[in-house]
Amino acid sequence: MTKIEFWQGNTACAEGALAAGCQFFAGYPITPSTEVAEHIAAKLPKRNGVFVQMEDEIASMAAIIGASWTGARAMTSTSGPGFSLMMENIGFAAMTETPCVIVNVQRGGPSTGQPTMAAQGDMMQCRFGSHGDYSIIALAPATVQEMYELTAKSFNLADQYRVPVFLMADEIVGHMRERITLPDKIEQVPRRELEKGVLPFHPNENLIPGFATFGKGHGVHVTGLTHDERGYPCTTNPNVHAHLVKRLVDKIENARTAIADYDVINPDAEKVFVSYGAPVRTVQQVLHDRNTEDIGFLRLRTIWPFAEDALKKFKNVREFLVPELNMGQIAREIERHVNVPVISLPKLGGDLHLPEELEAALVVNR
Amino acid sequence: MRHEIRFSGFGGQGIILSAVILGRAAVMYDNKFAVQTQVYGPEARGGASMSALIIDDDPILFPKVTNPDIFMIMSQEGFEKYGANAPESAVMVLDSSLVHSRPKCTYYEIPATQEAKQTLGRDIVANIVMLGALITATKIVGEPALEKAILDSVPKGTEALNTKAMKKGIELAAQSGSKNP
Repeated sequence: MTKIEFWQGNTACAEGALAAGCQFFAGYPITPSTEVAEHIAAKLPKRNGVFVQMEDEIASMAAIIGASWTGARAMTSTSGPGFSLMMENIGFAAMTETPCVIVNVQRGGPSTGQPTMAAQGDMMQCRFGSHGDYSIIALAPATVQEMYELTAKSFNLADQYRVPVFLMADEIVGHMRERITLPDKIEQVPRRELEKGVLPFHPNENLIPGFATFGKGHGVHVTGLTHDERGYPCTTNPNVHAHLVKRLVDKIENARTAIADYDVINPDAEKVFVSYGAPVRTVQQVLHDRNTEDIGFLRLRTIWPFAEDALKKFKNVREFLVPELNMGQIAREIERHVNVPVISLPKLGGDLHLPEELEAALVVNR
Repeated sequence: MRHEIRFSGFGGQGIILSAVILGRAAVMYDNKFAVQTQVYGPEARGGASMSALIIDDDPILFPKVTNPDIFMIMSQEGFEKYGANAPESAVMVLDSSLVHSRPKCTYYEIPATQEAKQTLGRDIVANIVMLGALITATKIVGEPALEKAILDSVPKGTEALNTKAMKKGIELAAQSGSKNP
């Protein structure tokens, strides 16, 4: 029996996490993400899970990494200022290949910026915010339904690829209430346990090592220092470092097609919108109101690794138009992959693009 | 058909809860689509509070209210900030015990706060009186749907009071009828 609810996006995110079997949440409340923590705090202890309100976001990130090594599905949620504090330990999670889910309900930045207003200004920060080379996975929901589904999916991707997964929401999607149809069941893809006799950081053919869960009898050393396949620090051998970092990047980038989640609408169009998160809703309204097939739309749910092949589905494209609640972060990424003009349509201040603003962008002759 | 509803009053009247209840009624009990949004700011604490709701038979794409056609106004400041420029084609339900201005559109004068205090004994249910009046004026959701959504949303022990408040609003709107500028 499917069930209909009228939920806030942040509630749907929390419920999606619970449906995916989240057992540990550590966080520090911050607008506009607080309702995620609030809802999980009320529900998780009743399911034998653990909720901890930490002293700050640095500790929150550290706590979910620790919980994950005990085998638990672990998550935190935050917004811009907290996200900046998490960066150091996000690098630690990437280096130690710790599955974890980080929800960022984005607000206006930089710094404390606009706590109650929407933005998508952290899209590059989630990709490159910690030092050194690594890759991560990031998803962007545009509906309350997707707040639920993509949160649940984030846990599967984190366990499958042993990587921090980011749910990059925004204040609009986080705070609005709308209709959601709850699926009967959320499929859980389990983390692959390390086999006996295999070194704890020895990868399989997909470049992903089995997980040496604490307390399961594996001897394992976990460090942010460059390590060999035993997990022991090995910081001066150039080959070990190059090999490890290349694997951390390749295990995600090689799986780009498998991780990609997007819709291609009107692939024969010459003008094509590309968007993710709340601005998707404006593009959908424009396409609906025009009721023609002359405008294309690439609607992204996976942002990182970037689904560059999706851009090639538009064979006749003459220009890509990219409405974002930032100054063109993903527009610039698209520019790198195509040979046609990429028109950035930035909107700052917290409001969503109006349909007429995007219609106006369509009629400009360039 | 898409309807955009603007709710305004002052912090503490249950302006946001009103929008949530009406959205819940539409989605959960009338099988429609709805999106509810609100202003999160310092003005919500004592100043003019605002919430918005879209109700449609089809999925809602653009989620923000830009051209409201239905207004529920519960304070003079809320009227001035969010209701004064209502288009002539709109319908407004206003709490006539608190709003002294009148709009350029069709309106219903509902002394919700006064009735809630004097007849029902608790001014806290004024917003529920207004919701009863609103569905009578607009037929935006059915009465059974609204009643169920109210009962889902109010504290235990207050069910009878809230149902009474809703029925009072329905009665007041039916009695007063609509007025034109």
